[in-house]
Amino acid sequence: MAAKAARDLSNVASVIELKAVNKWFGQFHVLSDINLDVKEGEKIVICGPSGSGKSTLIRCINRLEEHQAGDIIVDGVTLSNDVKNIEAIRREVGMVFQSFNLFPHLTILDNLTLAPIWVKKMPKKEAEEIAMSLLNRVRIPEQALKYPGQLSGGQQQRVAIARALCMRPKIMLFDEPTSALDPEMVKEVLDVMVELAGEGMTMMVVTHEMGFARAVADRVIFMDRGEIVEQNEPQSFFANPQNERTKLFLGQILHH
Amino acid sequence: MSDDALPGGERRQLAPPIDETGALGWMRRNLFSSWGNGITTVVLIVAVGWILSSFLDWAVFTANFTAASGTECRGGGACWALIREKWRYIFFGSFPYEQHWRPFFAVIAMLAMLITSADRRMWNWRLLVIWGVGSFITFLLMFGQIHIPLSLVLFVALAVGGIGMSLRKAIADAGEMNAYRALAAIGLVGLALRIAGVLPAWSFAIAPLSYVETSLWGGIPVTIILATYGLAFAFPYGVLLALGRRSNLPLIKGLCVGFIELIRGVPLISLLIMASVMLPLFLPSGTTIDKFLRAQVAVVLFAGAYIAEVIRGGLQSLPKGQFEAADAMGLSYPQKTLLIVLPQALRVVIPPLINTFIGFFKDTSLVLIIGIFDFLNTANQALVDPNWAGFPGEVYLFAAFVYFIFCFSMSRYSKYLEVELNKGTRR
Repeated sequence: MAAKAARDLSNVASVIELKAVNKWFGQFHVLSDINLDVKEGEKIVICGPSGSGKSTLIRCINRLEEHQAGDIIVDGVTLSNDVKNIEAIRREVGMVFQSFNLFPHLTILDNLTLAPIWVKKMPKKEAEEIAMSLLNRVRIPEQALKYPGQLSGGQQQRVAIARALCMRPKIMLFDEPTSALDPEMVKEVLDVMVELAGEGMTMMVVTHEMGFARAVADRVIFMDRGEIVEQNEPQSFFANPQNERTKLFLGQILHH
Repeated sequence: MSDDALPGGERRQLAPPIDETGALGWMRRNLFSSWGNGITTVVLIVAVGWILSSFLDWAVFTANFTAASGTECRGGGACWALIREKWRYIFFGSFPYEQHWRPFFAVIAMLAMLITSADRRMWNWRLLVIWGVGSFITFLLMFGQIHIPLSLVLFVALAVGGIGMSLRKAIADAGEMNAYRALAAIGLVGLALRIAGVLPAWSFAIAPLSYVETSLWGGIPVTIILATYGLAFAFPYGVLLALGRRSNLPLIKGLCVGFIELIRGVPLISLLIMASVMLPLFLPSGTTIDKFLRAQVAVVLFAGAYIAEVIRGGLQSLPKGQFEAADAMGLSYPQKTLLIVLPQALRVVIPPLINTFIGFFKDTSLVLIIGIFDFLNTANQALVDPNWAGFPGEVYLFAAFVYFIFCFSMSRYSKYLEVELNKGTRR
């Protein structure tokens, strides 16, 4: 994964805007005053120690978690309690989870076609064609009729990516997509993600894979204790971290 | 090491030692592995043999199959002549004697309905057809006459149209949708006119046979009807209760929890007595609800609460990620529940669910408390005849045998379902 030149994104429209977002779990202030602007086609990697709120942040964007103060605007729609609003945003935002969360009672193909058929009302045949082309893209078309339990972790995560892509989302959220994988399977999943990034998808990725961040990210964000401590384009972020907490964190994950 | 290594570097597969395999090996390992085990085995074999031989002696070798009355039966072994004399009453109760073919074929129809719907390949629209036709035949045979009031026809049209419109919205083409709309409109307008008094209280009669009221029903058809329809209605009702109990809406949650705890907190007998004695006190005078129907409703309510708790166990066993994945895809609550949550939750609870079903099949015998003649009650009544007094063992053994056949079939079916539904889905 070679480092790439930083792109100029200043003229591109924003697809995700977070304005003074705050969230509490009971008394615990998990997100404090988050301001973030994600441009169309931008790839953002979020890292930080566990409990820093990075997963919660991206889970707020598709309303798996509810924020209590501030505004989240996704693709022009402001998140509110309105179910129609939430469902509209979820159609545009795909999500990949740490533990894959494939549906074990459905075949791989059915996992992929479920949302297009039921949410987008797509004819079954068309949905299956799209599903097969995506399975080809993640390089496991031969597994289409198997069940998730019969696949390896890396294969399952690639299916999960294909499943999210089936809805033709504008934005993809990745919540630690490689953390639950055996080491030898991490690469096959990252390769798919790098490819996806190359096609211009807007991506927010919570991960500790710093090689991926260097190769793909337009911006790396470091979070700690619910705050965005530092953000920069990857080259400067890794070579020249400003904040003490960032230096400490990078020291811990890069030197072992 | 060098002996085991093949040229390719693979390890040679060795056969297990000879005395570990075959019948002799099995016996040695399982029955006679030590002196203590050997002695236990011999003692148990002798004890079982002795009990079995004295039972067979009583039940078969010295049994009387042909005696004409109880007095001839005395002194020997089992008096199976009593069953021979009374079997039609035990099976069909007080149903008019010369009409016994009707409950007989009703039972056949219900068993056919149950057996065909047990097959997984039938789990689609065919199930509705099977149950519609099966139930119609059953009740036509049992009642002899069925009167279908106009308002019921209109209500069904409205319900089918409405359900079709909402559930098939995504899939149906324009023609099908129009059919649903037309049905719903006919039902709605018709019902409105009926309530306004424009349409007369007309009913459609299917009356090929003489009418037999439910108080004359008895025996095996009563038990099967109570259990089948009790569980068939209690199951979806229990699913709704279980979902309601996990609802985020405090009112729905409170109602469901309250109902479940209330029903679970009282014995079925007290519920039956309430349905049979107390309910009529609250109804306006002149209105009567059939006693059989009241018992049926009591069974549904009771079974529903238990089934709800079993299903809740299944719902709780689902990882949170399954709900989140379904949410993240934009599935609505009904879609998420029907496509993702219930198919998985129900699979998990098949054994306890069938366990509950078996329990309720047997619990239907409690309706004898309010004077309904189910199978156990008719068997009990067969003992009252003074000519045949004194043979309770034979009658109860016979009843136990019939119950066992049903319950054991359910238990086997549970096993089949577990294997069938988990094909390929687990590693």
